[in-house]
Amino acid sequence: MRDCSVEFLGKRLKNPVTCASGTFGSGIEYSEFVDLNRLGAITTKGVSVVPWEGNPTPRVAETPSGMMNAIGLQNPGVDVFIERDLKFLSAFDVPVIVNVCGHSIEEYAAAAERLSKEEGVFALEINVSCPNVKEGGIAFGTRPEALIEVTREVKKVSSKPVIMKLSPNVTSIADMAAAAEQGGADAISLINTFTAMKIDIYRKKFVLANKTGGLSGPAIHPIALRMVYEASKAVKIPIIGMGGVANAGDAIEMIMAGADIVAVGMMNFHEPESMIRVIEGIESFMEETGVESLSEIKGCMH
Amino acid sequence: MKKECAQVVSQECLAENIYSMWLETGIAKNSRSGQFILVYPNDASRLLGRPICICRVSDDKKELRIVYRAQGEGTRSFTALKPGDSVFIEGPLGNGYDISDVKGKEVLLIGGGIGAPSLLQLAADLKRADTGRTTAVLGYRDSSLDNFLADEFKELCDDTVIATDDGSFGIRGNVIDAVKSSDIRADVIFACGPMVMLKAVASLALSQGAEAYISLEERMACGVGACLGCVVKTKETDSHSHVKNARICTEGPVFNASEVEL
Repeated sequence: MRDCSVEFLGKRLKNPVTCASGTFGSGIEYSEFVDLNRLGAITTKGVSVVPWEGNPTPRVAETPSGMMNAIGLQNPGVDVFIERDLKFLSAFDVPVIVNVCGHSIEEYAAAAERLSKEEGVFALEINVSCPNVKEGGIAFGTRPEALIEVTREVKKVSSKPVIMKLSPNVTSIADMAAAAEQGGADAISLINTFTAMKIDIYRKKFVLANKTGGLSGPAIHPIALRMVYEASKAVKIPIIGMGGVANAGDAIEMIMAGADIVAVGMMNFHEPESMIRVIEGIESFMEETGVESLSEIKGCMH
Repeated sequence: MKKECAQVVSQECLAENIYSMWLETGIAKNSRSGQFILVYPNDASRLLGRPICICRVSDDKKELRIVYRAQGEGTRSFTALKPGDSVFIEGPLGNGYDISDVKGKEVLLIGGGIGAPSLLQLAADLKRADTGRTTAVLGYRDSSLDNFLADEFKELCDDTVIATDDGSFGIRGNVIDAVKSSDIRADVIFACGPMVMLKAVASLALSQGAEAYISLEERMACGVGACLGCVVKTKETDSHSHVKNARICTEGPVFNASEVEL
C-alpha cells in the first residue's frame, strides 16, 4: 500500500484525513465504529471558555444530499473538555485539533490560552463564524479587519499552531484567506457551512427553531472545492479543505485544488466509517496512478 | 452499536400508512425495548438515517421488528422493501425502558398513535417480569388506523383499553380521558406518543403519585450523541452536557418525566 502520510504544521500525519468539527463529537461517540488511531487527526467539536446551552430544537434538518444545522455550539466548556474529552483522546495515537468558539475576542483568547497549555493538543482551530456579541451579532469571519484582529489576539496567547476556520458566507474567500495569513495564522481551514433556510409550507414555520442553519454535505462540495482553490492561490500557509467530502475522489480534488489535508463532515453521520473509506480510497488512487507522495499532486491545478 | 446491512424478512401494511417490517440483523442481539435504530434510505439525496423505535426482538435475538409510519419520502421508500431485500441500519441506539424496579407494581403503558410500537417489546418483557397488573391504554386518531397492534397488546397485557379521537372504537377521546374514565391507577407509567400526550402523561403521573418514563422524539442527525442535534431541556444540569440539555439519542430516548421540561 502507498504511503499517504503528509507533513502538516510540523508534524507527520499518517494520512491527510480528519473530521470536520462538530461531526464527530470528541471521538468518544464514534469510537465503537472507528479505530481512532487510523485517522490523520481528530478535530473536536467547538469548545468555549464557559459552557454554552446552544439553540432550541429543531436543530437539524435534512436537505437534498445534505443537511442544515443550527446546534448553536452547545458545549460543556473548556474545563470539562480538557478533563474528560482530551483525557479520553490521550489514550490514542492521533493528533488532536481542538476547535474553539467565542462571543468576543476575549473569549477566544481565554479558551485558546487555556488549551495551549495542554500537552494533548496538537493545534487550535478557531471558528470565526460565531456571532460577535459586541458588534451586533455579525460573525467575526465575515469582515477582513475583524478576522485579522481575532487571529492576532489568539496568536499572542497561543503556543500551539493556530488554524483559522473560514466562513464561506463572504464576497471574496481569497480576501478572507489573505486576512487570516496577515493576522499571523499558521493555517486556514475551509469551508464552514453556508447559511441556509427551510420553510414548512403547511405550518408556515421555519423548519429550524433558529430560522437559519448551516448547510453542509455533498450538495455543497463543488462550491467548497472552488473556494479552497481560490483561497489556496491567495496564501502560502497550509490548508485543511472541507465541504461535502464523501469519498476519496472528493478528497483528492481538494488536494489538487490546494489543500494539504482534508476533513470529512456530514458524511460521518451517514456512514461512521466514511473517513476510513476515504483514507483507503486515497491509497488506492495513489497505487493506481503511480503517485508516490501526495505532495506530487497538491495544488497541481494551479 | 454498529451500522450494517440488514435483510428484510417480511413486511406488511397494518393500517393506512402504518407498516410492520421484520429485519434479520446482528443488531438484534443486543437490542432491548425502548431502544431505536436508524434506518437509511437507499438514496444518495437522503443521507440521514430515520430514527425508528424497536417494536419487537425475536426470541432467538436474530431479528428485529419495526412498526413505522410512512410520513415523508424517506420512510415512504421503506414501504417498497420486500423479503430478501437489504437495508442499512444502525443501532441499537439509546437507553431503552428500565424495568429493574417494577416488582409487584401496577404498570400502565400509554401509547399514542405511532408511539405504541415502542411499548410492545416492553409489554412482552413485563409479562415475564414479576409485576402487579399491567394495563395498556392505546390511543388512535380514527378508524383508518385500524387499532394497529392492539390485539398484540391484548395478548401480552392484563388489560388493554382503546381510545379513539372520533369515537369510532373504544372510548371516545384521548388516552388520558380513557385512563380517567376507566379509573386506572398505576405505580409506574411508560409512555410514548405525541408531545401533547406526553405532557398530559407527566401531569397524570404527578396527580397519581406515579413515576412516569416517557420516550421522546426529535429530529436527529447522528443518533450516537455526536452532533447534539436532538436535545431536550432538563430541569437540572445534565451530567454529560454540563448545561440543561440532554441528548435524546443517548441519555434518552426514555426519560423520567420529572427530569425534563416538556
